[in-house]
Amino acid sequence: MSGQLADVAPTALRPRRAGLNYTPYLLLLPGLAWLVVFFVVPMLSLASQSLQTGTVDSGYVLTWHFQTYVDALSQFWPHFLRSIAFAGTATVLTLLLAYPLAYFMAHKSGRWKNILLVLVIAPFFTSFLIRTLAWQIILTDNGPVAGLARSTHLTNLLQWVQLTNNDSLMNSRFAVICGLTYNFLPFMILPLYANLERLDHSLVEAAGDLYATPIQTFWRVIWPLSLPGVVGGTLLTFIPAAGDFINSQLLGNTQTVMIGQVIDSQFLRIQDYATAASLSFVLMLIIVVIVAVYVRRAGTEELV
Amino acid sequence: MTDQTSGDLRLTGVTKTYDSFTAVDQLDLVIPRGSFFALLGPSGCGKTTTLRMVAGLDQPTIGQIWIGDRDITDTKAYQRNVNTVFQSYALFPHLSIIDNVAFGLRRRKVSDHKAKAMEALELVQLAHIAKKKPGQLSGGMQQRVALARAIVNRPDVLLLDEPLGALDLKLRRQMQIELKQIQSEVGLTFVHVTHDQEEAMTMADTIGVMNSGRLEQVGDPATLYEHPKSTFVANFLGQSNLLKATVKSRTGTTAELDVHGVNLRLPVDRLADGTSALWLGVRPEKLRLMGATDVGGAGNLLSGVVTDASFTGLATNYLVRLPWGQELMVVQQNDGARPAATGAQITLGWAPEHGFALDADQDAHAGAQDQADDSGAI
Repeated sequence: MSGQLADVAPTALRPRRAGLNYTPYLLLLPGLAWLVVFFVVPMLSLASQSLQTGTVDSGYVLTWHFQTYVDALSQFWPHFLRSIAFAGTATVLTLLLAYPLAYFMAHKSGRWKNILLVLVIAPFFTSFLIRTLAWQIILTDNGPVAGLARSTHLTNLLQWVQLTNNDSLMNSRFAVICGLTYNFLPFMILPLYANLERLDHSLVEAAGDLYATPIQTFWRVIWPLSLPGVVGGTLLTFIPAAGDFINSQLLGNTQTVMIGQVIDSQFLRIQDYATAASLSFVLMLIIVVIVAVYVRRAGTEELV
Repeated sequence: MTDQTSGDLRLTGVTKTYDSFTAVDQLDLVIPRGSFFALLGPSGCGKTTTLRMVAGLDQPTIGQIWIGDRDITDTKAYQRNVNTVFQSYALFPHLSIIDNVAFGLRRRKVSDHKAKAMEALELVQLAHIAKKKPGQLSGGMQQRVALARAIVNRPDVLLLDEPLGALDLKLRRQMQIELKQIQSEVGLTFVHVTHDQEEAMTMADTIGVMNSGRLEQVGDPATLYEHPKSTFVANFLGQSNLLKATVKSRTGTTAELDVHGVNLRLPVDRLADGTSALWLGVRPEKLRLMGATDVGGAGNLLSGVVTDASFTGLATNYLVRLPWGQELMVVQQNDGARPAATGAQITLGWAPEHGFALDADQDAHAGAQDQADDSGAI
């Protein structure tokens, strides 16, 4: 029988192997074209813009004016630092909030699983802007949240760690970080959930069987195995949060301006295109470096 | 260490119920320290639940579990000196083989965990792959790593949950022998859960046959096979022919039985006192196809017609229809005797001491279907 199969198989396969199969490349084409038109070309245009001099009225000329970068950085470096600090804090907070929730959804929720998933995605049915504006109302001075914070002396604590400037919650670093954490929480939950759902529960049982306490089981087994989800979630949170310009604008004050807001105003209000373009480029570079170092440190290549 | 008897595993009145379903029902069991015990039964009989309760992964609804004189019922899995070889192996995919094996030792802060783990890997002949990850290993190798990872901790009881289920037949046979050797080498108590009766008989000193959450019978493989106490055990462990019989008389050491008008005999000590109706059981390989010259011996004789004969090389399996329509299974060793053809009128004979008696109230087919389902190709 096996002899028959061996005789038949090559002839049956031959026509398929005769020519190179172009289908995969053809399928790649639309995506590549999209990237070239809407990513590569704008990037080159932005790069060129950052090295041009001139004004909106008289037009711009490419003069390879690198001084723009030096000026932009020396003026706006505090905004870069602040953006990274805010985005980093918000990322850590979303991770702390999302991890237990994702674990619960993946392993303990039973028939409530789908309802919880819908609830996680539900905020997307409302506009990003509206949701952020809603935080103004939540944190408003006369609201119950602010009242509770004052009566529990949370406001004093927040002032002491300089997240707020007075006994209100709005228009502060605290409010901006709250907004960022809230807005990017689903981007943390979903990758974590997708990862934790695949966790083989017998591994947790095996760890317990091999004398690991629940805490040891978490750090030795569950956490390392969930690293791909953690890395995915933190990237999806940190990168957009670092460039965000809505939260700081709606929930912050003049001392909480983030780099996204600076770029926004340089482009649209001050109309200094060269500075705006150079700031965009520097932001991108910083994020790429941070992400590269982070992914390398997390060492998840073997797991994914 | 403590003396020999103090390490026995004891289950007293252990019951596990899920809502209205009783998975394990009033289980009483003593497994002596250092023995190789197999818990045998069809899927859903409660054997895995029993194992998980000993491991601490499930909590009994009622009853206690003891190791020696220590009641471990309320302790958590990580507090018990019990290790499990999981059916899926459950090796940690992010850790190297050596780190997998050393996992339990590290949690217990054993100082020379690396050396001890290496030793355990040598025992299962896998020292050369210590640095690899579980994903790079074959199923058989993973199985042995899982075994090493459990053995290295020298637990009071080692639990094996169908550990060979995922291996192919040839590898399974080889692992059966290896497991048995390793057990006698390390001298730990092994509790092996399986639905494969051949595997249980090959490996275990003592077998407990479970059915619907209850222990049917406990004993060494030969006793279980030759003297089953229930129709379930008779049918699940190998095959049995069961004949409906009534006791006519008891004279000396022999009892005279009536089977559909035929006179058959059985040693009296196989019968409980006062039994009048029973199932008379006899194993297919104990039945002989009698030639014309053999007839007239002291054995039990039944005449019938061969309805099916299938040659398997080692033996020929016959189905023989008796005058009252019942079909008996007969296995005739391929010892050179001339095989009987289908349709032939033959006489079956067997020695009275090869018969066994079972309670007439039991279902004659209990366990037969389970065994056919589970043992697959065999």
